[in-house]
Amino acid sequence: MLLLVLKRLANAVVVLLFVALLAFTIFKFLGDPVQLMLNPQATQEERDALTQRLGLNDPVPVQFVKFVANAVQGDFGMSYRNQLPVMGVIAERFPATFELVMVSSIAALLIGLPLGVFAAINGGSFMVRVAHIISMIGVSVPAFVIGILLILAFSIELQVLPAFGRGEVVDLGFWTTGLLTSSGRYALIMPAISLALFQISFIMRLVTSEMLEVLRTDFIRFARARGLRARAIYFRHGLRNCLMPVVTITGMLIGDLIAFALVTEIVFQWPGMGFLFVQSVQYVDIPVMAAYLMIVCCIFILINLITDLIYVVVDPRMGATAIGGSNVR
Amino acid sequence: MSVEPKVERETLRVHFARLWDSDLAWNFRNSPLAVVSATVLLVIAFTSIFAGVLMPQNPFDIMQLFLDKANLPPVWSEGGAMPYVLGTDMQGRDVLSAIVYGSRISLVIGVASVAVSMTIGVLVGLLAGYIGGALDNFLMRLADAVMSIPTLLVAILVSAIFRGLLPVEYRDTFAPLILVLALSLTSWVVYARMVRAVTMVEARKEYVMAARIINVPRRRIILKHILPNVMTPALVTGTLNLGLAILAEATLSFLGVGMPSAQPSLGTLIRLGNQYFFSGTWWIVLFPALQLTLIILAVNLLGDWLRDALNPKLK
Repeated sequence: MLLLVLKRLANAVVVLLFVALLAFTIFKFLGDPVQLMLNPQATQEERDALTQRLGLNDPVPVQFVKFVANAVQGDFGMSYRNQLPVMGVIAERFPATFELVMVSSIAALLIGLPLGVFAAINGGSFMVRVAHIISMIGVSVPAFVIGILLILAFSIELQVLPAFGRGEVVDLGFWTTGLLTSSGRYALIMPAISLALFQISFIMRLVTSEMLEVLRTDFIRFARARGLRARAIYFRHGLRNCLMPVVTITGMLIGDLIAFALVTEIVFQWPGMGFLFVQSVQYVDIPVMAAYLMIVCCIFILINLITDLIYVVVDPRMGATAIGGSNVR
Repeated sequence: MSVEPKVERETLRVHFARLWDSDLAWNFRNSPLAVVSATVLLVIAFTSIFAGVLMPQNPFDIMQLFLDKANLPPVWSEGGAMPYVLGTDMQGRDVLSAIVYGSRISLVIGVASVAVSMTIGVLVGLLAGYIGGALDNFLMRLADAVMSIPTLLVAILVSAIFRGLLPVEYRDTFAPLILVLALSLTSWVVYARMVRAVTMVEARKEYVMAARIINVPRRRIILKHILPNVMTPALVTGTLNLGLAILAEATLSFLGVGMPSAQPSLGTLIRLGNQYFFSGTWWIVLFPALQLTLIILAVNLLGDWLRDALNPKLK
C-alpha cells in the first residue's frame, strides 16, 4: 500500500516536471519578455538591466531550476498585460471556475444517475436504446453550441436568464461566491447546464452499462429468489455495486472539466480562470498561460491520484493492476 | 485484349457480391441509424466537395460579396431573398455557402488529423509493443505524461506556440497545418496504447514465432505480419476519434486560435456569428452550429455502429 502511494506520487512528480518543462519552453521561445515588458523607447542599458534582473543571462538549465523553484512557491512572475503578480490574478478567478465546475458536477450526478438506473431497470431493449441515442446526442453537441442555443432561447427570446457574467457576488475575503445572491444563482444556471450536459450523458451511459452487468450476476438472482422487493434489489444491491466506478470516473471528469470549462466561460463571459487563459493566449501573456497550465495540471493530477488511491482502498482487487501502472480509464 | 475489361468487370461483380453478403454489410443494412448517418455524411461530403458548382456564392471571393445584401434573414422570414436561402451575414456573405465551404475545411482538418495521429500512434504502438524494453518504457511514460494534461489545453498551447513562432503574414496560410499538428500531438496516445496491447498479443502467436525462426527481418515482421492485424481496431478507433477531432477543431476555431476569419471553418463561423447575435441576427450563428452538430453526431453514430458490428463479443 505504502509502496503504491509512493510510486504514484513519484509518477505524479515526473509528470509535473514534464508539464513544467513545457511551460518553461513556452516562456523561453515565445516572444521576448524584455521587449514585451519595456516600452519601445527603452535604452540598451535598461534592456540589459532587465535581462540581468530576470535572470535571462543564466544558462538554460539554471533558469529552468529557478523557474521550478519559484513555481513551487507559487511565484509565476508578473503578468505582461497588467503588471500584477500572476498568482494573485489567477487566485482571484479561481472561485468562479470552481463553483461552476462543482455545481455542474453535482447536477450531472443528480440527473445522470437516476436516468441511467431508470434506463437499465426498464430493461426492455427499447429504453436502453433510447437512452443510448439521447446520450449520443449529449456527447455530440459541442458545449459552446449548447451555450449559444441556451442564450438564444432563455436570454434573447424569453429574456428570463442573464446571458453573461456572474451576477452579484459576495466577497468572503479569501473567496467570492455567487451562490448567496439570487442574481448569482440565476447567472449560474445556464453555464452549469451547458457544462453538465456532456457529463450527464457520460454518467448515464456508464450507470446503464454497469447496472445491466450487475443485474446479470448471481447474487441479484439470489436476492430475487429470496423475494426481496424490486426497489431493494435495484438500489441496495444493484446500484451500490456499480457506484464505485461511477464516483471515481466522475472525480476524474472533474479534472477534465476544469480545463474544459474555459469554453463555457468564453460563451457566457464567466469571469473564471479559463476566460483569463483564453484572453492571455490572445495577448500572448505568457506568465499567465504558463501558470494556468501548471495549476490546472496540478489539480488534474491530484484528482487522478486521489481517485486512484480511493479505488485501491475500497476495492483491494484493484491494487495489483494499479501497481502495474495501468490507468483506470 | 478485348476480353480483359469483361473479366475485370466479372471479378468486380464477384467482389461486390461478396461484400454485399458479408456480415458487416448485413449488419449495416439492418441498422437504420447507421444507414441514416452514412447518408447524411455522404450528402455533406458531396456538397462540400462540389461546393464550387453547387453553391450560389464563393464566400472567400470578396468580389462576390455585396454589402447592400448584408444581414438578410433566411428566405422564409420577412425580408429574406433568393438565392440567399439561409440569409447572409454582416458582410453580405451567403450563410449556406459559408456553411458548405466551412464544412469542407472542418472535414479536411478532422480527417487529416485523424490520419496523422493514427500513423504516429500505430508506429509508436508497434515499436513499443514489439521491441519492448527501455523503448517501450520511455514511449509509454511519454504517453502517460501527455494523457495527464487535459487534451484541450495541449491543443490550445501547441496552436498558440506555433502561431507565436510564425511571422504574422504566414499565420493564416499555415493555420490548417498548425491545427492538424496541434490535434495530432495530443490524440496519438489513444492509438499507441491500443496498438501496443494488440501487438503484444500478436507477437506471442505462432505465425510470428515461425517468421522469426526462418529469420524474417524484424522490420518485415512488424510491417507485413503484425501491422495488418492491428489495422482493424486502429480504424475503428479512428472513426470514433474523427468526431472528437472535428469537435476539437471547431472548439479551437471558436476560441480564436484555429482557422482565421478569412478562411472560416464551422467553428470560426460560429465565433463570428456569436459576436453579432445580440443584434437579432440569429441565423448567422444557428445554422453553422446545427451543421456542426449534425456532422459530429453522424460520425459518432457511425463509429459507434462500426465498433459494435466488429465486436465479436456482441454477436
